[in-house]
Amino acid sequence: MASITSINVADGDPVKALQGFMASLLEEDVVDAVFTLWERPGAGEIMPALITDPKMTEQAVPLSPAYPLNGARLLARLTHGESRGRVAAFLRPCELRAFVELIKLNQAGTQDLIMVGVDCFGAYDNRTYRELAKGNDHKDLANEFVLAGGKVSGAEVARACKACEYPVAGSADLAVGLVGVDVGSTILLAAQSAAGESVINRLGLQDASGGPEREQAVEALVKEREAYRDAMFEETAAATADLKNLSAYLAGCVNCYNCRVACPVCYCKECVFVTDVFDHKPWQYMGWAHKDGSLRMPTDTIFFHLTRMAHMSTACVGCGQCSNACPNDIPVMELFRLVSQRTQGAFDYEPGLDMNEPPPLNVFKEDEFTELTCAT
Amino acid sequence: MSTFEPSIVAFVCNWCTYTAADLAGTARMVQYPNVRLIRMMCTGMVDPKYVIKALLSGADAVLISGCHPGDCHYINGNYKARRRVKLLKEILARFGMDERRLKLTWIGASEGNEFAETINELVEEIRELGPNEIRRSIAV
Repeated sequence: MASITSINVADGDPVKALQGFMASLLEEDVVDAVFTLWERPGAGEIMPALITDPKMTEQAVPLSPAYPLNGARLLARLTHGESRGRVAAFLRPCELRAFVELIKLNQAGTQDLIMVGVDCFGAYDNRTYRELAKGNDHKDLANEFVLAGGKVSGAEVARACKACEYPVAGSADLAVGLVGVDVGSTILLAAQSAAGESVINRLGLQDASGGPEREQAVEALVKEREAYRDAMFEETAAATADLKNLSAYLAGCVNCYNCRVACPVCYCKECVFVTDVFDHKPWQYMGWAHKDGSLRMPTDTIFFHLTRMAHMSTACVGCGQCSNACPNDIPVMELFRLVSQRTQGAFDYEPGLDMNEPPPLNVFKEDEFTELTCAT
Repeated sequence: MSTFEPSIVAFVCNWCTYTAADLAGTARMVQYPNVRLIRMMCTGMVDPKYVIKALLSGADAVLISGCHPGDCHYINGNYKARRRVKLLKEILARFGMDERRLKLTWIGASEGNEFAETINELVEEIRELGPNEIRRSIAV
């Protein structure tokens, strides 16, 4: 049912073309608001924003390689209940996948929402982007990044992005195609749902053809990233082969829980690790110290990470925000992606791709995993 | 004679395995005293972090035991427990933990014999396996 159209790019400025597309969505009353990356006037930083004034789309930077945080959790705030307005959300593929997981976990909805998945060549971690942005225009950086297909000299995208096998949107209403397209002159727009088709119809956009170049380019990009991912997995597996190695791997962890806060699918409103359960009495610390001769503080560090693996690894989409948020540069993303590969594989589950596939711990089959129990 | 006495934590369901343990006790069945029972309303209530905490704190093994499939007091809590145990085994194996240190069994309320036998077999198995070295080798 996919119908394909294109957005014309003038002056080699794809960001401006998408800004125009957003403005027309607002001007034609297709939606009441647009959710996208945005540069606040005068402030200089890039953050997601909810834009309702068509003029303010001039500050939108939808193709920016800045990735301050995964927008899925913010979008969940807009869609968990009545919003009294229609929103078009421009999301990277990993944000989209995380959002689909939140829908499955009953934290978000799709009513009054148009999901626009934008092809992703990758993104920089926050430190790298901050350095790049000094003295440079955010929009120029975005255009340069996209026109170069994500391979700008002098800076490398985050490891999570190098290892990401999903550069194009699945399960979105509209897909913005950049990979394998001459983005200096055109951007592909494909409807992937009835809602997406109605948007294209309302804007009166003309038909266009996809062509095999795009499929080939996507396939090549995925292959490249899979190779990087597999090498990364080998490296991380060797570094965390047993719990002693895991302890060394996480030695710099100070229990700030930034990785949990940044994680788009770690959705508990109050994590057990910030409840009274872990508010140990002074005499407890003293007792533990005496028992073993010493006590590492802060306590419960490895416990925290192992518990988080158990709780959310089946929903992990590998966006890398945990590493992005880590103040001590612990390679959290590598660890969680490695564990997730294993847990998702055990249940034959791929997060965020199919809206109708339930999370693996929500369902069961009566005759499965019989090897787990002793014969009785 | 081995000098190693394993420390085992068992999360057991109130309606079946705990009752079986009670039966094994009142019937004076012979069983090793190495197991600490923690009674839960259902094996489906055993959050993975309880198991992780027990193992990180030095338990040599963890047993989760409840109603037989189809007989769960809460209809399907045991099926859900099985999925959680599968998840946990995948995670712990990733970090070199022997999978025999986490056991899932179904023992019905009238199966006191089964309970005593399971406990004795588990203690013997863990004795052979040796102590869980986590506590002594890592900063928890």
